[in-house]
Amino acid sequence: MNVRYLPYLLILPVTLFLCLFFIYPFVLVSQQAFSGPEGPTLEHFREVVSYWKFPISLQNTLLLAAVVVPIQLALSLLMATMVSRMGKGRDLVLYVWTIPLGISDLAAGIIWLAIFEQSGFLNSMLYGIGAVSEPVNFLSYQNPAIVFLAIVLAEVWRATAIMLVILVAGIGLIPKEYYEAAEVFGASPWKRFVKITLPLLRPSLQTALVLRVILAFEVFAVVAALGGTLFPVLMSETYAYQFDLLNSNAAAAMALIILGISIVSTIVILRALRVPKGARV
Amino acid sequence: MAQIEIKGVAKQFGSYQALHSINLSISDQEFMVLLGASGCGKTTLLRIVAGLETPTEGEVWIGDRRVDHLPPRDRGIAMVFQNYAVFPHLTVFENIGFGLRMAKVSNDEVKRRVERNAELMHIEQLLARYSGELSGGQRQRVAVARALAMEPDVILMDEPLSNLDALLRLEMRAELKGVLAESKTTAIYVTHDQVEAMSLADRISVMHQGRIVQSATPVEVYRNPAEHFVAGFIGNPPMNFLSAVPEGAGRYRVADKVLDGPNGASEPLVFAIRPEDLTLSNDGFAATVKIVEPLGPHLLATCDVAGTMFRAILDSDMTVKHGDKLTLAPQDGRVRWFDPESQRAVA
Ligand SMILES: Nc1ncnc2c1ncn2[C@@H]1O[C@H](COP(=O)(O)OP(=O)(O)OP(=O)(O)O)[C@@H](O)[C@H]1O
Ligand SMILES: [Mg+2]
Repeated sequence: MNVRYLPYLLILPVTLFLCLFFIYPFVLVSQQAFSGPEGPTLEHFREVVSYWKFPISLQNTLLLAAVVVPIQLALSLLMATMVSRMGKGRDLVLYVWTIPLGISDLAAGIIWLAIFEQSGFLNSMLYGIGAVSEPVNFLSYQNPAIVFLAIVLAEVWRATAIMLVILVAGIGLIPKEYYEAAEVFGASPWKRFVKITLPLLRPSLQTALVLRVILAFEVFAVVAALGGTLFPVLMSETYAYQFDLLNSNAAAAMALIILGISIVSTIVILRALRVPKGARV
Repeated sequence: MAQIEIKGVAKQFGSYQALHSINLSISDQEFMVLLGASGCGKTTLLRIVAGLETPTEGEVWIGDRRVDHLPPRDRGIAMVFQNYAVFPHLTVFENIGFGLRMAKVSNDEVKRRVERNAELMHIEQLLARYSGELSGGQRQRVAVARALAMEPDVILMDEPLSNLDALLRLEMRAELKGVLAESKTTAIYVTHDQVEAMSLADRISVMHQGRIVQSATPVEVYRNPAEHFVAGFIGNPPMNFLSAVPEGAGRYRVADKVLDGPNGASEPLVFAIRPEDLTLSNDGFAATVKIVEPLGPHLLATCDVAGTMFRAILDSDMTVKHGDKLTLAPQDGRVRWFDPESQRAVA
């Protein structure tokens, strides 16, 4: 057989699988989003975008991503650097830190709800030490900042580990000799991090950020558990269209908008962290 | 003043003793070459001086400071790594300028020094490239330029020319020697190329299995090897050895001849002579030619003397062939004697 066709043959099963379970539903959703009673239309997009909750849910989603992702990036870089310098016990620490990964996002939301709700741990504690005279309802419409903070905390707790594991693997791939050379040529630990680790970590950073940002735009269960309707995001609106308002056309249009945002941000991240040809390890 | 003092340095990797109590002083501006076979501990010793490896025992002094507790960047050194360690994410220019940038040298000065050292290493046309676009030899020259650009007090070089072709190596060798002499840099230079060692060194330290067996000028190491190992390692080809049985009063039977040797030995010794210190005469060892290799300026004849392999360097216009019988006489004053017990030279 001709060797040139072999790679294509080898990726054929995966391609078929993707076509069947990704492209096909995607085509269906697109059809729904664009189809009206009189042929193709942008009417559904117009409808969802002009709805009063759209700007606020878009803003909330972007704000959440803009706050959570940088915190997670910084944290996971710090944790990955620490882990990769450990000798004994490294694996144990890594396992413990990645436990939240094994918990579903709804369960994570409920865990943090149990902390913040009126009869939750936080209130018992504050009441116990006498900081409050009666339990406070933190997660009410009167405290939007606390609702936001609780969501941020839950998200950071839940999804930092996914970046961590990618970055730990990436740091493990950087040859030790570059650190030694940098050390000999006068780089302090901080300089070595900035001048060696970060640039050589770009491929892993790309992957971690793309994954994390896309997940951030899909945030739903944690927000639903902690904020309910107080903190509308794009995904909760999509859910509402589909299951409360039974408007699948509008839900499909929302889904495509989220997809569009994800694609744009992916391209931006890939561009920003591109490694020039010839500069790869 | 950047003299280097290595006092009783030992290094153990797990249960493996890589270095055994090394003592070495290198004076200011000296060019010291560490020479030894693969795996004898040259890189380990260099890395201990650089601070990339902590000695299990001993002290390292650079100038008037004890440095073994200092991080590499506080030791005033630059280093050429055996595996280059040229940063892949920086251009050649930024690689060479890396240390200068860390030292916050002004842009103009960085540019000047990078360009000068790149020119010296003949890589000035590669300044804009990344290391992924360089050949091994080019990368190695970037590593050398990066160290030279620091204009350090002490430069440590781990086989910096190993990957260059013969011609370029010859040229770079001369350049390096000139530059380092001019900048009054103290250098430790690791190689297993003897010719390179001879041509560069003020002093050569021959290493063997984690020990320094001889530290002396190139001529001294060549002429008066202190140990059997050095005699068998230095020289291309190295010395010939024959066992010598004492016959009383400083006389020894070596193969079929009786020669004058060191006084007072009652045990057998090892007689050693360099292949080029043999002449054809009527009075010498009876040798049967086994292999003849014309090497251009001379002729290398591998012979059999009393069942032992024995090499002689002869004039290139001689016609010898397999099976010829020669009589090879050792030149006066060029014979060395070793004690087979201690391996040390007796005379
Ligand atoms: N990190 C390490 N862990 C365990 N053993 C090591 C380590 N580094 C070096 N060694 C051992 O120490 C010995 C000396 O190694 P070193 O790298 O100093 O040799 P070298 O003289 O530089 O050899 P070469 O000429 O091949 O570069 C070798 O036997 C090597 O296997
Ligand atoms: Mg080595």
